[in-house]
Amino acid sequence: MPDPSFLLLQSLNGLTYAMFLFLIASGLSLIFGILGILNFAHGSLYMLGAYFTHQFVSLFIDAPGQFWWAVIFASLTVAALGAAIERFFLRHLYAREELYQLLFTYALVLILADFAKVIWGTGQFSVSRPALLKGAVLILDQYFPTYNLVIIFLGPCIAFTFWFALLRTRWGRKIRAAALDREMLSSLGINVNRLFTVVFFIGAWMAGLGGALVSPVSAIVPGMDVEVIINAFIVVVIGGLGSFWGTFLGSLIVGQVYALGILVFPRLSLAFIYVLMALVLIIRPWGLLGRPLQR
Amino acid sequence: MSKENWILLLFVLLLICLPLTESRFYVFLGTDILIFGLFAVSLNLLLGYTGLVSFGHATYFGIGAYTCALLMKKASVPFPLAFAAAGALGGISALIIGFFCIRLTKVYFAMLTLAFSQIVWAMAFKWNSLTGGDNGFVGVPFPQFLDSNVRYYYFTLGVVAGSLFLLRKVVNSPFGRILTTIRENPERTKFIGIHVKLFQLVAFMISGIFAAIAGALFGIFNHSVFPDILFWPASAEVLIMSLLGGIYNFFGPVVGAAILLFVRMQVTSYTEHWPVILGFTLAFLLFFFPGGIMGFLQGRFPGLGGKR
Amino acid sequence: MILGVEKVKKSFDGFVAINGVSFSIPKGEICSLIGPNGAGKTTLFNLITGHLPSDEGKLTFKDVDITGRPPHQICRLGVGRSFQRTNIFPRLTVFQNIQAAVLAHRGKSFTFFRPVDSFFQEETGEILERVGLGEYAQMVSGSLSYGFQKQLELGIALASEPELLLLDEPTAGMSVQETHQTMEMIAKITREKGLTLLFTEHDMEVVFSISQRIMVLYQGRLIAEGMPGEVRNNPEVQKVYLGEGR
Repeated sequence: MPDPSFLLLQSLNGLTYAMFLFLIASGLSLIFGILGILNFAHGSLYMLGAYFTHQFVSLFIDAPGQFWWAVIFASLTVAALGAAIERFFLRHLYAREELYQLLFTYALVLILADFAKVIWGTGQFSVSRPALLKGAVLILDQYFPTYNLVIIFLGPCIAFTFWFALLRTRWGRKIRAAALDREMLSSLGINVNRLFTVVFFIGAWMAGLGGALVSPVSAIVPGMDVEVIINAFIVVVIGGLGSFWGTFLGSLIVGQVYALGILVFPRLSLAFIYVLMALVLIIRPWGLLGRPLQR
Repeated sequence: MSKENWILLLFVLLLICLPLTESRFYVFLGTDILIFGLFAVSLNLLLGYTGLVSFGHATYFGIGAYTCALLMKKASVPFPLAFAAAGALGGISALIIGFFCIRLTKVYFAMLTLAFSQIVWAMAFKWNSLTGGDNGFVGVPFPQFLDSNVRYYYFTLGVVAGSLFLLRKVVNSPFGRILTTIRENPERTKFIGIHVKLFQLVAFMISGIFAAIAGALFGIFNHSVFPDILFWPASAEVLIMSLLGGIYNFFGPVVGAAILLFVRMQVTSYTEHWPVILGFTLAFLLFFFPGGIMGFLQGRFPGLGGKR
Repeated sequence: MILGVEKVKKSFDGFVAINGVSFSIPKGEICSLIGPNGAGKTTLFNLITGHLPSDEGKLTFKDVDITGRPPHQICRLGVGRSFQRTNIFPRLTVFQNIQAAVLAHRGKSFTFFRPVDSFFQEETGEILERVGLGEYAQMVSGSLSYGFQKQLELGIALASEPELLLLDEPTAGMSVQETHQTMEMIAKITREKGLTLLFTEHDMEVVFSISQRIMVLYQGRLIAEGMPGEVRNNPEVQKVYLGEGR
């Protein structure tokens, strides 16, 4: 039986991971809720956020606050890329059946993954933590990286800011209206095309931000896109596709299952998360906090 | 005999003569294409005919492959029995999984098929004692009477041709026609007196059986079974094959499999960048040729027929 | 009584769509259901055909309790229906659309190994002729004009050889001439086959010309019921219907 401080540490690791999952998953959920598209390439955008951060950090070497500037530039670059993809490609597939849109995002996964390999090769990268947050904090009798602790607090802050923006700003209101009834939008005088691009921009930005912030914690490698997208899918299914707080709750759950599951049932932990996903879809398909479906 | 059937006969004759080229490469490629052609057609029963987009079809392929290989090598079960068991297990698991999946629609359906496929993948990946885990299950030999590449090729040709013959009959039957009405308009289909869920489940089961048969063929052909045939990109790949060939044509997915496998083989011998080429091809297809290759050809040469 | 509706209620998220509706229709009657938009006509149809479960109340067809039964069972018992928005099988040909319905009705849908094209050619052809689509049999149904699609839909409903036919706005979107032709055709088929007909309509001329009985639905309740003359002179109906219809 592992001692309590070790358990706590694992749990905190789970929380940290949950925050990264939350960033990607909320972007995924937003895009699904408004555009009705399940974006397979969201993990790729996350990965590019990490790669770009590494790139910008090397660019801004020795500059004060280089890490944070890199994060900002990287996430915005990814956001712009996402918006461009929506504007020039995805938009033309809206009239088609969903399968075509889904498979296009899968094509993007293939393309972006290779694109990353061509530019950055197949090796691993890492970004060093910002100077201010380099240390570790003593919790019970274990050390926990300060940076990770900051992420744990940053996560809910970003969540609240986002939620507040959804509630109070004009764009936020339009987005919420879109989530409720897409077809009504154009009759409300809203430029639907522009709204979709903005939503994709925001969703991609969240993914890019997640990738940027994870760069000091996790190795930047090819394959991180595929690994994270499945987990993001699990999060949104458990929390509820299109539900903001559902995504938050889902991330927490998945994070803890990964962190603690390994300890409790190591051999079943891999399957367990998928079993959870299947159970939610069978018993309560709209997720824990989603809106109940017609059937 | 219709023009279509003459063309088919010609193809079958060509395939029978293939080993005469004395090329190991062509026999190998031929076997591969036949196996994946069957796999893709089994998926298309769901996709093109019933309108169900499954993101987890690799599940049944994998179950077929593992069942046949494991029974033969670990339990010394004679090949015919192991082969039949593979198909049966594929059908049973499709029945069970399908029962839960068809209660959902569209993206939720797709997600649940994906979830189940990942569960089976995780089991194969971690159950080292049974499946060899991520090291795979190796050393699967050809069965006793099929112990050469050419013999196994002819066996595969026979099984696949027979399976496709059966599936084609199913698709052109009243049952198959009702599947297409379910695809077109499930609500209306209910109100011509059809228990839609039952039909969807039966279609699911049939497609699972044939996917498992394809998987069983594959396990032996490959002389090994690895968990990656269960991992979700494998399901995406067979979807792409079907779409490439054309989902509204019975043989479309076979054409798609043939082209994908051939091109992949060629491309990977020159470059590592197969994924990006596949990505661009897929994107190109989705934008400009949604009906796939057969869809395009049928538009140009209406005489090609092709049952809906 | 071929159709019995007893105190049926249905709410959506607190909004009461059908509020305790009761009526019965004798065999062979031509009955219409009218009411302003949003009165709940389509909802009521959906309740009768099993597409929606009712919250309360009882539904009987030919004295069999059909409350809560799934649509395909109700269809098999002898209820046919056309839908408000055209509901056909777009990628199939006109012939195939009707043939599918005949296949289902005649219990041949679980046949796996015989080619479907040879099934029920005569029966399908007959129905096509009846609804005036004989020459369009090989056309892809999705490419038909709106009016013909509606006729096809009627054909699909008739293929199930129903005893009770529910038509949800059969002449919606049609010109005056098309409306007359369609209603004549429907009336003729109804007479020939001895069907019971319940239909909804906005075109008052149609309603008053062929209905033997009219029911008026308003805000989920039946506010009037009776012969055309009675209903026309009913003050509540007149209030609700100021200027509706042609």
